Formats: sequence, structure tokens, C-alpha cells
Amino acid sequence: MKYAVCINHVPDTAAKITVGSDGKTIDKGGVSYVISPYDEFAIEECLRLKEKNGGEVTVVSLGSDAHKESLRKALAMGVDKAVLLKDDSTRDSFSVARALADCLQEISPDVIFFGKQSVDYDDSAVGLMVAEMLGLPSISVIVKLEIADGKVTAEREVEGGREVVETKLPAVFTAQKGLNEPRYPSLKGIMAAKSKPIEERPASAAPPKVEVLGMQKPPARLAGRIVGTDATAVPELVRLLHEEAKVI
Amino acid sequence: MSSFQGVDYYNSEILLAEDERLVRNTVREFVDDNVLPIIEKHYEEGTFPVDLVPKMAELGLFGATLPARYGCAGLNNVAYGLMMQELERGDSGVRSFASVQSGLVMYPIYTFGTEEQKDHWLPKLASGKAIGCFGLTEPDYGSNPAGMITRAERRTGGYVLNGAKMWITNGTIADVAVVWAKLDGEIKGFLVERGTPGFTAPEMKGKHSLRASVTSELVLQDCVIPQANILPGTGGLKSPLMCLSQARYGIAWGALGTAMACYDTALNYAKSRIQFEKPIAAFQMTQEKLVYMVTEITKAQLLCVQLGRLKDQGVARFTQISLAKRNNVYQALEIARMAREILGANGILNEYPVMRHMANLESVKTYEGTHEMHTLIVGEDITGIAAFA
Repeated sequence: MKYAVCINHVPDTAAKITVGSDGKTIDKGGVSYVISPYDEFAIEECLRLKEKNGGEVTVVSLGSDAHKESLRKALAMGVDKAVLLKDDSTRDSFSVARALADCLQEISPDVIFFGKQSVDYDDSAVGLMVAEMLGLPSISVIVKLEIADGKVTAEREVEGGREVVETKLPAVFTAQKGLNEPRYPSLKGIMAAKSKPIEERPASAAPPKVEVLGMQKPPARLAGRIVGTDATAVPELVRLLHEEAKVI
Repeated sequence: MSSFQGVDYYNSEILLAEDERLVRNTVREFVDDNVLPIIEKHYEEGTFPVDLVPKMAELGLFGATLPARYGCAGLNNVAYGLMMQELERGDSGVRSFASVQSGLVMYPIYTFGTEEQKDHWLPKLASGKAIGCFGLTEPDYGSNPAGMITRAERRTGGYVLNGAKMWITNGTIADVAVVWAKLDGEIKGFLVERGTPGFTAPEMKGKHSLRASVTSELVLQDCVIPQANILPGTGGLKSPLMCLSQARYGIAWGALGTAMACYDTALNYAKSRIQFEKPIAAFQMTQEKLVYMVTEITKAQLLCVQLGRLKDQGVARFTQISLAKRNNVYQALEIARMAREILGANGILNEYPVMRHMANLESVKTYEGTHEMHTLIVGEDITGIAAFA
């Protein structure tokens, strides 16, 4: 069995983000980058599948040299091979998906994993676009996966419950929190990863279909307001929630 | 991911290799997930979190600089230091456990032991299946270990040990003790296993510091150990001092971890605590404290990285390690106290890590060579005149 997991290198979710001087990108100064958290579930699931069924796990990331840090961590967790689709340009989800799909076509894995979304732009699009481009079935937002004799049963999160889905390999999956508990890379794993190569390939060109025009921080949250302290305030509270906050 | 984003005022991150950063980030995350949520309770109850031992072993934290053939990671000294920094950002007691297991038990067995001793003990200690302790200090011989009273005498097929050790981290929970004793007037190291007749290790109670760590006495009363349990490579005070250099090196980094935790806490608090309609970070006296903290942390970081590089080249002198241990622990304690002041009354609560770190650092300042002894070690080194002994 061949497994491929596509990961993104994103600002740490705890980092304080500011918009850069161009108004279109974030200011990267002082921001530390990590593997996108949902991608860690995807890595862990591939490692568990490999430990159970044998095979080989390849991790793929598209981006600048900085992505090597996340690829190295994946290698330290136990992934066998790493591919960096070297590209410094700004891409949209489609353009990323196109380049990943071209690379995955060559690797031709049985199982392709993504995180359900990358926590930088939150498009939740790349994994499913790749499946479409490769003509493969896809199951998104999965919280449980079983593979036996080429038959796949997955559970995915839907509004208010779970859905059980079947498909056949090869297939694309996107991982949701709860699928597993990702391991820490062991110190031995980190040392072993030093000698594993990261293969660099050019990313195939694909003009973006969407352009970012501007980025804005959300407006500062306003201070709270006390409407009243007893039951007589309820009608006013309901009115405000309905008319001002528009939440009910 | 860790909610702690580190302190890096001088972009010293670029001094670290990719694998060194990965080691630090991994241990940082481990500490966030496994140490910080439980440590205050253990501290309050005065218990060591033994559940951490197998988890730390799985990560490869014990004997992390030793080679792979014993089940160890083979880290360089900078990566090892960063690991200690993060562990002590959790708690000095947790870092002490790893320091003792690695620098004071596995290191002497690796350096002074026979092949049989290494093959027997190192994999067990690396995997956390065995816990070790280090018995040098005695009730009446702390800064002056050369005067130790503990004696070993030859007996058919082995040695008989008599004496008492004190302030021994992990003593009560240890499966093996590295005990230092005089044999024909020369200091030698011996491995004393738990359960050996004549050997007991009662826990010392009543500590106001390092409460999440086991501290013990070792009592050796006509304790007979086999011939095979002497560490043959040991000879003279230099042997235990070599071990202490390992541990002191880790402490220099560890203190930095506590300082970062206290600074991070104080900075966040100062920015959000409002008095006189503005955050207390807006007051000059608060800023002065915060600047002192970040300055000393920055200096200590650079000191540690350079010391680690020297150690990796095999040219670090023990006097340089003394300077780093002395400075970093002193400054960490100053920083902890300032952080407590910035937090005001909140600083004494266990909602914040500050008071715990402060109380811990009082021990760290004294153990593994007191602040004063390190002053005199460096003093002798630069003047050529010993002011002690």
C-alpha cells in the first residue's frame, strides 16, 4: 500500500497575526510556523495505516523552502519520504490543487490524505479539488476510517451526527479532529529524520482563478453592555439580540 | 503547537539548526500537554508525577545525548539543553528528574562503567523501566564532597558500604543508586540496587521547594554489593565532578526555561491588568522590570548556545559551565521575584506558575554547586588563587 499525505506550513494558531504593508498578505515577522493542525491528524492516520498494513508513506507540501521544517517534522514522526513542490509564488486553492494533483498522479498512492482544511486561508477546498482532478472518490471531514481488502468504510461528521460512507481505493480523505491523537516525533525520530532526504520538485504551473485583493483584521470587539439585572430586562435583551446582534 | 511562543528578542533562533528547533518544539508541546495541566496539583500535594516517566521515556528524554545502541537519541548538547529548558519551563522538579537520570546516572555508567554494566542498565534507564539516583552529598559534606565519610571496604566477592547520603533526588523511587564512597582513601563510584540488604532510602519531607520531586536520604549500613558493581573507570573527586558538569550544564538551560515562563506570564499580565484606567504595562516601573527580564533572558540564551557549541566541540571548561549555572539561576530567581511583584497579590496564587518557579529556584540556586561555590570556582580560574579549601 502506498499512502500520501499533503500538508501545509501555516502560522502557529497561537501567533498574533498582523496584516502586512501591502494590505494583501500577513506580516510574517516574528510568526512561527507549524504543520496545519488538521494535517497532523492526516499524517497520524497514514502512519497508523502503514503500521497495520505495511507500505510506505510519502508527505508532500507545496511552497517555499520554509516548508521543509514541517516536512522534517513529518519525517521525524515516521513518514518515509518527503517531497517539496518548490514554489515561491502566491497561489489560490485551485492552483495548489493542480500542482499537487500532478505530483500525486506520478506517486499514484492508494490512499491520499489531507487535513479537512488548512488553518491559514480556511478554504477547505484543496483536498476535494485534487480528488476531482484525479477522478478519485473522496470522503471529507472523516473521524473514523477502516480499510479492509480494498474496501473503505469511513465515518464523517455531518450537522448533528455522523454519516457512514463506503468507497473503494484509491481514494482521497480529509481528516477532522477526533480521527486520532497525533504522536509527538520522538527525539530518536528527529535524529533519524536528519538523514532522510527531502526531494525537491518544481511545482507545475497553474494560473490562479482567484486573486486576493485585500486583508483586514476583524473589527475590535466592543465592550459588553448590561441591559438590566432582573427579569424585566428580558424583552429588551430579546429585542437587542434580534435587531442589533441579529443572532435570534 | 504551543500557546507559549518563546522569547527571542535577538533573533537567536537563527543560531539553532532545524533539528535543534524541532527537539525544542516537541518538548515544548509535550510540556504544555502533559506537565502544565497536572503540575500545580502535584506541587501542592508534594508528589512527583510518576506517570510522566514512561511518557518522557517514549519521547526519548533520558540519556538523550548517548548513542542509539543503548536506545538513546544521540542528540548534540544544544538540543539537549533546549530540551532541559522546556522541561524546566514546566517545573524544576521534572527537569531535575531528567537531569539526574541522564547526567548523573546514565552518564557515569556510560563513561565509567563496564560493557556489562552499560548493556544491563542503559537501555532500562533510557526506557524508564529503571529509575536512577546519584549519591554524593552527605549531611556534613555538601560543598566539600572531598571530605565524605562514606566508606567502601573489600569483602570476599564484593564490597561493603557504610555511610549516609542526603538531598538525593529520586532516591526513594530509584532502582539503582550511583553511590560515591572512599575505597582505600580514593573516591570510587558504586552501583547499589534497590532492595540490597543494608540499603534504605527514606524520603525527606517538609520541603517548601521542589515539591513535585522526590528528595531522599540514602542509608548504607553494612551494605554488601557484588564485585561487579564498582564503576571501574572512576577514581578521585574528578569522577563525580564530571557528572556534575553534565547536570550543571542542563541547569543553566533549565533556569532559562523558568525565566521565560515567568517573563511571559508577567508580560501578558501587565498588558491586561488595568489600574488607574490603563494597563500596568504603561507604568515606567513595570516597564523597567520587564526590560530587565528580557535583557537577562537574551543574555542567558546567547550564553547557553555558545556554551553548548563549545561542549559539542569538546572544549567547554567546567569553569565556563559554572559561570553559566551561576548566572542563569541567579537571574532566573531575580526574574521570578520581579514577575511576582508585577502580578501583585495574584503572583502568590497557583493560578500562575511564578511562585512555584520562584520557590523551586531557591533549591536550584543551591544544588549542584551553590551560587557561592560557583563564584569561587570562576574566581579561582581568573585569578589563579583558590579562595576556598
